[in-house]
Amino acid sequence: MSANSTPAGADVAAGGTDTRTRGQQAAVPAQRANRRKRAPLSENKRAERKLGWLLCAPAALVMVAVTGYPILYSVWLSLQRFDLRFPAEREFVGLDNYVTVLTNDFWWTAFGVTMLITVVTVAVELVLGMGLALVMHRTLVGRGIVRTAALIPYGIVTVVAAFSWRYAWTPGTGYLANLFSDGAPLTERASSLAIIMLAEIWKTTPFMALLLMAGLALVPDDLLKAASTDGATAWQRFTKVMLPVMKPAILVALLFRTLDAFRVFDNIYVLTSGANETSSVSMIAYNNLIRGLNLGIGSTMSVLIFIAVAIIAFVFVKLFGTAAPGSDDGERR
Amino acid sequence: MAVRSTVGVDMGGHDRVRTRRPARVRVAATAAALTLMAPMGACASGGDGGVPTINLYYPPEQNLQQVVDRCNIEADGRYRIVNRVLPREADEQRVQMVRRLAAEDDGMDVLGLDVTWTQEFASANWVREWTGQDRAEVEEGTLDGPLETARYEDKLYGAPKHTNVQLLWYRKDLVPEPPASWDEMISTAQRLKEQGKPYQVLATGAQYEGLVVLYNSLVASAGGHILSEDGTESVVDEGAVRALEMLKNLATSGVTSPSFSNATEDPMRLEFQAGNGAFQINWPFVYPAMQEANPELAEQVAWARVPGVDADTPGRMTIGGINLAVSAYSQHPEESFDAAKCLRNAENQKFSAINDGVPPTIESVFDDPEMDEAYPMKETILEQLREPAVRPLTPAYQSISTVTSAILSPPAAINPQATADELREAVADALESRGVLP
Repeated sequence: MSANSTPAGADVAAGGTDTRTRGQQAAVPAQRANRRKRAPLSENKRAERKLGWLLCAPAALVMVAVTGYPILYSVWLSLQRFDLRFPAEREFVGLDNYVTVLTNDFWWTAFGVTMLITVVTVAVELVLGMGLALVMHRTLVGRGIVRTAALIPYGIVTVVAAFSWRYAWTPGTGYLANLFSDGAPLTERASSLAIIMLAEIWKTTPFMALLLMAGLALVPDDLLKAASTDGATAWQRFTKVMLPVMKPAILVALLFRTLDAFRVFDNIYVLTSGANETSSVSMIAYNNLIRGLNLGIGSTMSVLIFIAVAIIAFVFVKLFGTAAPGSDDGERR
Repeated sequence: MAVRSTVGVDMGGHDRVRTRRPARVRVAATAAALTLMAPMGACASGGDGGVPTINLYYPPEQNLQQVVDRCNIEADGRYRIVNRVLPREADEQRVQMVRRLAAEDDGMDVLGLDVTWTQEFASANWVREWTGQDRAEVEEGTLDGPLETARYEDKLYGAPKHTNVQLLWYRKDLVPEPPASWDEMISTAQRLKEQGKPYQVLATGAQYEGLVVLYNSLVASAGGHILSEDGTESVVDEGAVRALEMLKNLATSGVTSPSFSNATEDPMRLEFQAGNGAFQINWPFVYPAMQEANPELAEQVAWARVPGVDADTPGRMTIGGINLAVSAYSQHPEESFDAAKCLRNAENQKFSAINDGVPPTIESVFDDPEMDEAYPMKETILEQLREPAVRPLTPAYQSISTVTSAILSPPAAINPQATADELREAVADALESRGVLP
C-alpha cells in the first residue's frame, strides 16, 4: 500500500494545497519568531519584494475592479433609501437600513436557519468526508472508480441536483416521499430543513473529502509504521499521528466549507423558495433585492452577510491558526 | 441587443478555444454556435428589411399565437409581432421583466403585466404612458374596474387585455338559494354539516396571493380600505378590521375544509369536484373543468355573485387580469402601441375569451351571442366586474401582498384588532421602502 499511495495521493492533491501545507509546516516556528522581531530587510530582499509587488499588481488591480468596486457600491447603496419602484424618493439615510434589518424578525429567523445549516452540515461533512478520504486514500482495487464515484455528487450542478431532490421528495412523483412519509415533507419546516441539509451534505462531502485527502497524503508512512511498531492501535494512530499532522489541512477544509455553507442559496431556492421560514440570509437578501427591488435594504443585507463571512474567516485564521492560502509565502524563501 | 452581443462574444471565445481540436469537433462546435445564434438574430429589434420587430413578452396563453398572427396580417408589413412566452410562474415572469428593464434592455417592446404590477412598472419609469388617441381608444368601452388597475397617478399605463373575477359556486341540490352574506353561508354550511350532507365552504386560505385576494374582497365588501384613496398612506380602517373578523369566523366555524390554511385554487376545485364542498369561491375555469371531470355533479352546480359582509350589500370580488404596456426602452414605441391595441381589440378579446378562457375587458364583447356557450355565467361575471374590488394601487404592492399574506396566515389565528394594527404598521413600512420581505 505505502509504496504507491503517496505519489498518487500527492498527485490528486492538486497544486497549491500540498506544497502550501508542506512548506507551512516547516515555516511555522520561523514565522512565529519573525512576527516578534522583524529584522530589517536587506537591499536584495527589498528589490525582490518590489518585483513581487509589480508582478502581482495587474492581478490585484483586476481583483479590485471586479470585487472591490461592487463591495464599496453595496456599502454606498446600503446607506440610502433606494427603491427602484420609487426612483424619486432616493435619499441618504445613514444607518437607518441597518437598524431596520437588525430589528427585523425575518432577518434573525433567516440568520438562525443559516447558522443551523452551517453548523450541522459542516460537522457532518467533516466526519463523513474524513471517512471518505480514508477510503479513497487506502483503496487498493479500483482506486480510479472509487474516487470517481465519490466525486460525482460534487460534479453535478447544484441546481440540477436540487431539482432531483425536490422531485424525489414530492408526493406522487417522488420515490423518497413515498418511501419515507405520507405527507409532503417539503411543506413543513423541520422536514424541509432536514432535506436542505441532506442535499447540502450529499453535494459537498466529496469536496471536504478531497481537501482532507490532500492532508492525508502528507502523513509520512514512516511515522505510522513507527507508531504501530510502538504498539499504537489503529484509533491511536488516527488521533495521535494522523490528526495532528493533518491539522492545517483540516482547518483549511473547515474554513472553506463554513464560508460556503454560510452563503447557502441554490438548494433552498429550488427546494422550498424559502417557504415555511426556511430562508437563509442569502435567500432573504435575494428576495429583497431582486423580487422586492429594494436596493437599499437588499444591499444592507449583502453587506451584513459580507461582514459575517469576514468574521468567520477572521476567527478561523486568527484563533484557530488556519493557514490562509498564501500566508506563508514570505517565510518560505 | 445587449443580450445578443454578450452571447456573440462568448461564443467567439469558445470557438477560439476549440480551434486546436480535431476538425470534427470544430464543425460540431460551429454548428452548435450557429444553432444558438439563429434565434438570437431574430431578437434584434431593428428587424431585417425595414420591418420593425415588436417583441411581445406575455405569460403562457395557449392560443395567443393565433391572435399574434392575425395582428401581423392586419399590420400589413408595418411591424411584425413576435410572441415571446414568459415563464409559467408569476413571480418568475415579473423577475425576468424587472431585471431586464432595470438594465435598460431594449429587446422588449410590449409587456403583458399582471394587474398588480402596473403601478410598480409605471412608478419605476419602465413603461410608457398611453396618451392621446391611443388612450381614448383603450378607454372606449372598457370596463371601469380593469381600467382602474391600469392607471397610476391618474395616467394610463396599460391597456387591459383580459380580466378575471371569482364567483360563488354552490350546490343547488343542497342550497336552493345562494346566500346573501358570509354569515348566512357559514350558518347554512353548519346546518348541512349537522344533517350529515356535504357542507364545506372552500376558499383560498393558504399563505399566498390567493389569501390576499380573499381578504381584499372582504375589505371591499365591508366598505373598508387598506390604503388611502391616493395609495400613499396605510389606513387599515374599520372595514378592514371587520374583514379580519369575517375571515377569522370563517376559519374557526368548522365549515372549512381541514386543509383551509393550505388551500389554493386548484386543490380547492378538486375538493369541490369530489363532492365535499357545498360552496366554493373560485375562478370561472372551475366550471368547464367540472363539466369534463364530473358532469353529473356539474349539473347540480350553480353560480352567483359572492356573498356580502352585510346581507343587503352585495359582495365585491378582487379582479385579476393582464394589462398590456409598452416598455420605456422600446425602440418602436409607436408600432408597439398599435400592436398592443390590436392584441386587445374586441374581436381578439372574444377569440381569447372563447379559446383560452380569459374574460374580456371590453363590455360589448360579453353581449356577443358566441360567448353564450363558453360563458353560461357571463351575466354574473359582468355584474361582479361592474362592482369590483381592486387590489391596493401602489408601486409597493408586491411587498404589501407578501407581508399581508404572512400576517394573515393562518387565518384561524387572527386577532382582529391586534392583527389590524400589525398590518397597518407593516403596510406603512412597505410604502416607505422600510419593509423587509421574508
